[in-house]
Amino acid sequence: MPCGRNKNLREEIFMLKDGLRIAAGVGLAAGIVGASSLATAQDKEITLCWAAWDPANALVELSKDFTAATGIGMKYEFVPWPNFADRMLNELNSGGKLCDLMIGDSQWLGGSAENGHYVKLNEFFDKEGISMNDFLPATVYAYSTWPKGTPNYWALPAMGDALGWVYRKDWFTMPELREEFKKQFGRDLTPPTTWKELKEVASFFQGREIDGKTVYGAAIFTERGSEGITMGVTSALYPWGFRYQNPDRPYEMQSYVNSDGAAEALDFYKDLYECCTPPGYTDAYMSANLDAFKSGQVALMMNWFAFFPGLYKDPVVGGDKIGFMVNPAATTEASTLGGQGISVVAYSDKKEEALQYIKWFAQSEVQKKWWSLGGYSCHVAVLLDPNFASTAPFAADFLKAMSGVKDFWQEPAYAELLLAMQKRMHDYIVADEGTAAQALDLLIEDWTETFEDEGKL
Amino acid sequence: MTTPSTLDKVADRAARATPDSVARRIGGLSDKAVAWLFIAPTITLLLAINIFPLIWTVYLSFTNYKANRSARGFQWIGTRNYERVLNDSDIWHTLQVTAHFVVWTMSIQVILGFGLAWLLNRQFKGHSFWTTLILLPMMLSPAVVGNFWTFLYQPQIGLFNYVIGFFAGIDASSFEMLGSVTLAPWAIVIVDTWMWTPYLMLICLAGLRSIPDYIYEAAEVDRASAWRQFWSITVPMVLPFLMLAVLFRAIENFKMFDLVVELTSGGPGSVTELASINLKREAFEKWRTGYSSAFAIILFVTVFGAANIYVKALNRVKQR
Amino acid sequence: MSAGAQAAFRPKAWTGRLAAATVIVYALVTMVPIAWIFMTGFKTPQDSISYPPKAVFEPSLEGYVNLFTTRTRQTPEYMRSLPPPETWYDELVRSRSMVIAGPSKFGERFTNSLIIGFGSTFFSVFLGTLAAYAFSRFTVPLKDDLLFFILSTRMMPPIAVAIPIFLMYRTLGLSDTHLGMIILYTAVNVSLSVWLLKGFVDEIPREYEEAAMIDGYSRFQAFYKVVLPQMTTGIAATAIFCLIFAWNEYAFALLLTSGTAQTAPPFIPTIIGEGGLDWPAVASGTTIFLLPVLFFTILLRKQLLRGITFGAVRK
Repeated sequence: MPCGRNKNLREEIFMLKDGLRIAAGVGLAAGIVGASSLATAQDKEITLCWAAWDPANALVELSKDFTAATGIGMKYEFVPWPNFADRMLNELNSGGKLCDLMIGDSQWLGGSAENGHYVKLNEFFDKEGISMNDFLPATVYAYSTWPKGTPNYWALPAMGDALGWVYRKDWFTMPELREEFKKQFGRDLTPPTTWKELKEVASFFQGREIDGKTVYGAAIFTERGSEGITMGVTSALYPWGFRYQNPDRPYEMQSYVNSDGAAEALDFYKDLYECCTPPGYTDAYMSANLDAFKSGQVALMMNWFAFFPGLYKDPVVGGDKIGFMVNPAATTEASTLGGQGISVVAYSDKKEEALQYIKWFAQSEVQKKWWSLGGYSCHVAVLLDPNFASTAPFAADFLKAMSGVKDFWQEPAYAELLLAMQKRMHDYIVADEGTAAQALDLLIEDWTETFEDEGKL
Repeated sequence: MTTPSTLDKVADRAARATPDSVARRIGGLSDKAVAWLFIAPTITLLLAINIFPLIWTVYLSFTNYKANRSARGFQWIGTRNYERVLNDSDIWHTLQVTAHFVVWTMSIQVILGFGLAWLLNRQFKGHSFWTTLILLPMMLSPAVVGNFWTFLYQPQIGLFNYVIGFFAGIDASSFEMLGSVTLAPWAIVIVDTWMWTPYLMLICLAGLRSIPDYIYEAAEVDRASAWRQFWSITVPMVLPFLMLAVLFRAIENFKMFDLVVELTSGGPGSVTELASINLKREAFEKWRTGYSSAFAIILFVTVFGAANIYVKALNRVKQR
Repeated sequence: MSAGAQAAFRPKAWTGRLAAATVIVYALVTMVPIAWIFMTGFKTPQDSISYPPKAVFEPSLEGYVNLFTTRTRQTPEYMRSLPPPETWYDELVRSRSMVIAGPSKFGERFTNSLIIGFGSTFFSVFLGTLAAYAFSRFTVPLKDDLLFFILSTRMMPPIAVAIPIFLMYRTLGLSDTHLGMIILYTAVNVSLSVWLLKGFVDEIPREYEEAAMIDGYSRFQAFYKVVLPQMTTGIAATAIFCLIFAWNEYAFALLLTSGTAQTAPPFIPTIIGEGGLDWPAVASGTTIFLLPVLFFTILLRKQLLRGITFGAVRK
């Protein structure tokens, strides 16, 4: 072995050792930091899990009162929407102790109730005198009960939500645009009330120059990974009279799921996607839509009411530049349901403290503050207050939307049903495979298979 | 400070700290006992974390168990899961997507990697510095880097689109690498190529450097042309190295999950839905544990079988 | 080390220069995404999404501040009612009409990565050293089969292994724990560790220990007083490889952790700002996460070949 190489080798050894020593030092430091952070954790502290979005910030603000009143500290685990269902259902299914309180989606109720992820709250409600009559019946039905509509409560309605729309009021009032629109369509440029009008408006704005910037028609949901495109498509399906099953014969889907109206709605949504969305709009959900709207790219945006308080406050597109509307109608009026109830996780070691939080949260005073901070209370003391409609520019629309909400399957097998729909819808609308009728037929096949596995067919 | 005997001292200290009786007991062990004492912990760990789970997966693959519905119980359903997996056109679609991904990434990376290695083997001034730079991408976290690539691929603001648009003279927002059905399969190939070409390159370089000078010198004497030397000396001598590299990378890409999940999560539609992404959906989103176990076993048998056939071919090349 | 090829080809000067130029261009192109990550971390959110993309910009630490904090937007009236900001980062956040609400989860996740990375590295190198020594020095029955078995455990797709591990960990209460992740990563890395270290032990002449044992050392003493000190380079290199693999691992972390023990790779892609993704914060998190790996890769460049081929190619 030539000695030059030997020397290199030795240098290398020294370098590696130095590197290792630095690494070991860093590791040790991390260990110390980790240990000390464990040591400072309070005993009386509960963790609340929810999605990372505007209302979560409002809840943090609200919950300071809870800590002040009870001395119980609050920790939060907020997960961004695209990962929320995935992460949190995984957490529940693994029997994890991360969350003491869970603000989970309405569709999780069936599974969480059947598999014992959530604590049943009936006894607790009776003991503490919390009455479900204090909450809007539609929200109790959607966010609390399983089996649906029975007085078995697994959650307290926490956050009412539905899918709505916002539009650029300032663009809608530009005289030259109004004139041109009238010439083209023979009617005034007003917020659309039907899907047909919505597409006209969107195509009118698509590719137009406004204030020296190219703008586009509408930001709609097309996301593949979680639930995005399903939520978007159903907001067109429901107004076309879509039903999941024969109301008299449960799980009979033939000629309901693939009705002519459903195929028409699906084609309409695909046309809207192709004609009037910004470039590259192939995988958009809530945050992509917010980005598009806040950066002044689109005239119309589909999104959850939950974001509307934040949008109204937005320094660039908020205030009198923004208008709000309910989901447009087609053959009927209907909106896609969002929103969540708050539940106690059965695996938690701190169920008592978690229940205390729910008791505190159910008070009408707290609910009023919740609404004022930007959370959508479901409490009748808030919603049925005669002045409610005037408390925010979107309050009246919210009430209207909540009176006609429809939800996806809440079955225990909901995730399977949802993923099948995500795939079929994205395959047809974005990847342009097959026809609407074929996509819906395939969807029925997938769903039938699931219900057969479930022993329900 | 940097005495090479630091560990020596530690070992010494450890030896002194060991009570005499223990030391004598260990020290007196026969070689055979020491061998088993040293190997057993590793084998035990692998049995517990790899083999036991594998057997469990095989068992689950014959049931209709759902991990999110433990309370419901489950039944033995024979080979039904296997029949369903093999008759599922969506599964065949994901396997096709996976094959496309593996074949193209391997072909491009073999050519690029070999080409780069061949150029680097000329050892120009500063070549080791540039080699190190080229090697960096392959050591990075695919998920974290893949996530950032979605930013580079943004049609309106992404650097990739801007650069391509600039050189091709087209509008940067006129094409969508991740959103378009035709481009998305190539978008994932590009990122994988960026990350893993260095891997092929490094191994080819080792192959080139293993060729002794005298072979070329003999060829020179025989007045063989440079072209002939390349095909009859360089390529055959590097081939075993290249094949080894392809083996390692092809297995990894067949299992590919992290990079592509962060880039496209299988979209648009299902055009980049690789087998592992589909498996994750079935197992951890739909929670069809029995069904996905059957799919997992099929994938494992495929990789294992293909790798064995390939290794046989590799040995034949080596023997030549 | 030979310079065989060019001796044989006798390249003209210009072909050599062309080769160098091609390699340099390739190296620079592959560096662009990494450089862009680094640069984006120092942009303001506005600069990061400007068109055309900005290569020259005024550096800002906003991305790093956003990475480590959570912030809430406030009304102008509320902002005016606040006492003057105490720190530079307070001031920076307030200039965006927001206030700092608290620390973000990034620190915790990064710490988890360190604990799990170093913990699993320690155990896989410890187990690997023992097993490698035994495989190298003793006649173990079915040695080749055992070695192949150890290697073959890496052929399973991680998602496939994760199904039963998920069930096992749920039963044992190891889901989302540091211990569970350390055990799992140790099992994943131990095959690499055994194969690599066996190569290093093979290179140490047996005569050393034999001489020591003639001097009255037991086998055990010969191992830790003679062989172990010779193995330090190999152990260091192996440790770094194990550390990098554990550091970068994504699939298991995604499926088996949710908060308490979640590492950085599944967390970084979920860093969001107000509305959409906060690219400067993502980029700064990515930079902090990648820097140790870049450092180690450069340190380890001579051993890389061995590491990535499980010791099959040693140069």
